Amino acid sequence: MQSNENKGIASVIFSSSLGTLIEWYDFYIFGSLATIIAKQFFPEEQGTAALLSTLAIFAAGFIVRPFGALFFGRLGDIIGRKSTFLLTLVLMGGSTFLIGIIPGYKSIGILAPILVLVLRLLQGLALGGEYGGAATYVAEHAPANKRGLYTSWIQTTATLGLFVSLGVILLTKMSMSNEDFVSEWGGWRYPFWVSILLVVVSIYIRLKMKESPLFSKLKKEGKTSTNPLKESFTHKANLKMVLLALFGAVMGQGVIWYTGQFYAQNFLETKVNLDFEQSRTIVLWAIAFATPFFVVFGALSDKIGRKWIMLLGMLLGIITYRPIYATFLAKGDVATTAATDAVIGDVVVKRDIIKGKADSLITTTYVKQNAAGIKYKEVHADTLKVATGELALAKVVYNEKSLPSSTYWMFIVLVFVQIIYVTMVYGPIAAFLVELFPTKIRYTSMSLPYHIGNGVFGGLVPFIATLITSFKGTDALSGLWYTIGVAGVCFVIGAIYLDNAKDDNVND
Amino acid sequence: MNSLKKSLGIIWILLGPAAIFFLAQQAYTKVGEAYAKADALTDAAAKAAANDIALNSLLQWGIIILIFVPIAFGLVIFGKYAMQGDYNKLPHSSAEITDY
Repeated sequence: MQSNENKGIASVIFSSSLGTLIEWYDFYIFGSLATIIAKQFFPEEQGTAALLSTLAIFAAGFIVRPFGALFFGRLGDIIGRKSTFLLTLVLMGGSTFLIGIIPGYKSIGILAPILVLVLRLLQGLALGGEYGGAATYVAEHAPANKRGLYTSWIQTTATLGLFVSLGVILLTKMSMSNEDFVSEWGGWRYPFWVSILLVVVSIYIRLKMKESPLFSKLKKEGKTSTNPLKESFTHKANLKMVLLALFGAVMGQGVIWYTGQFYAQNFLETKVNLDFEQSRTIVLWAIAFATPFFVVFGALSDKIGRKWIMLLGMLLGIITYRPIYATFLAKGDVATTAATDAVIGDVVVKRDIIKGKADSLITTTYVKQNAAGIKYKEVHADTLKVATGELALAKVVYNEKSLPSSTYWMFIVLVFVQIIYVTMVYGPIAAFLVELFPTKIRYTSMSLPYHIGNGVFGGLVPFIATLITSFKGTDALSGLWYTIGVAGVCFVIGAIYLDNAKDDNVND
Repeated sequence: MNSLKKSLGIIWILLGPAAIFFLAQQAYTKVGEAYAKADALTDAAAKAAANDIALNSLLQWGIIILIFVPIAFGLVIFGKYAMQGDYNKLPHSSAEITDY
């Protein structure tokens, strides 16, 4: 009997998690291939196309995700969890596949970016509806003493989705030349096509699932909500809990999550200037080692409560982010020793005429290695002024850095530590949100704060971090103040206003 | 603890409009800088490209402010509830939430 129950819950967790993982995979491949997608669909020299690109990036994450949460949350509280998150899966998978078959701007002009924008918005809408459904569905099957453990499997999917998307992209890229990968019908499209296979499998599995027992009971008794949006957001008793969930937990969780998984990679690539492969494999290894901790902290939250695990994750981030990122900069620095470092390859000199001028741009590239073992390219881009014959020296750039093994593994550990913080804030949060709201409006009530916290506060990490570094007197680490500030406010609100008590009864 | 919860309410009420003021000020500065850069150019092609960048910047900031205004409003309401003592005791059953 016990074995059948375990088998049943394992199947619920597997089928819910697989679909959610695929949705995250679909959402991330667009972001991970953004540079190529921009070239194929949104050429910079075309003003309108560039505007559509901005809409695709900003609107899908910030506006459409919360709307998806409202739209599908309402649907899930009226018609049921199973049908709703089946619908989000079809919408997400279909949109992803279709992005992969749209001809580029060169072939069909402005229609290409318009179609991509529409499909990206549909992806955002679907993502907004998926998570709340999957978390609610699993939680409503779980016994009270294992709710954190079981829902933490759903929490692994966002990280594993990133892992799978990076893995598929890296494997595809490594199996062909760069030209073949980036061409109009090149390898960059394969990850989009792979999605349709994954979605078909997941739909098949999800179709065999039964409706959540708690929702079925409500429906049978005729007690489902007729207007979940009104009940969730206009009744003070529920609205105050929605606001507390957002400002006391999810807002901080969102920025910690995005900093650990995305800002870290972006920082390694653009501020430390590591090469494409190392900046990604560092994150991949760190994710692979840290992912089991989602389940560890989910299970631990069943024993000691959700609140302090999540808040400790935020606090550790607040305290250690600056030292961690300062170490990245220090250990990846080559500028201080470059003048005496050994040149280990051919020196390449290129001369280009500057567009619209008679002057020439002389680009000299040295391949060097420093005493710490970092191999890198030193690029001088100087201007030769024809009128005077003078060579105007420009700033030297050090890029495509390749770290020696010891530093490479040290960076993996430092990203791993950040993803451990992610597992602390994110592992218990599904159970925490589920326990905060009543069954009849749970899908709606938990989806909105989740997607505002993650989509808006988390999604804005790169934009606001870049904005902060544009202020006078700032440095490469200043962008971290956004994460530290938001997590700090959230920590204070969470510590003072949240209860650590678990709600054992989610049947009401 | 309850008096701390209530008195911090004023901070959350002030933080909402302060965040919007900061964002609006940044938007004004950054978009203004982008248009000023475009105006300073004389080459027609470069000017058109710079104007596109400025318009893009306006769109980005427009979206951010549009989405943050309701969130800041939510923070003000949160502060108001905190000041009124609505968070002094959190509900322990759904019956306490579905009070309608």
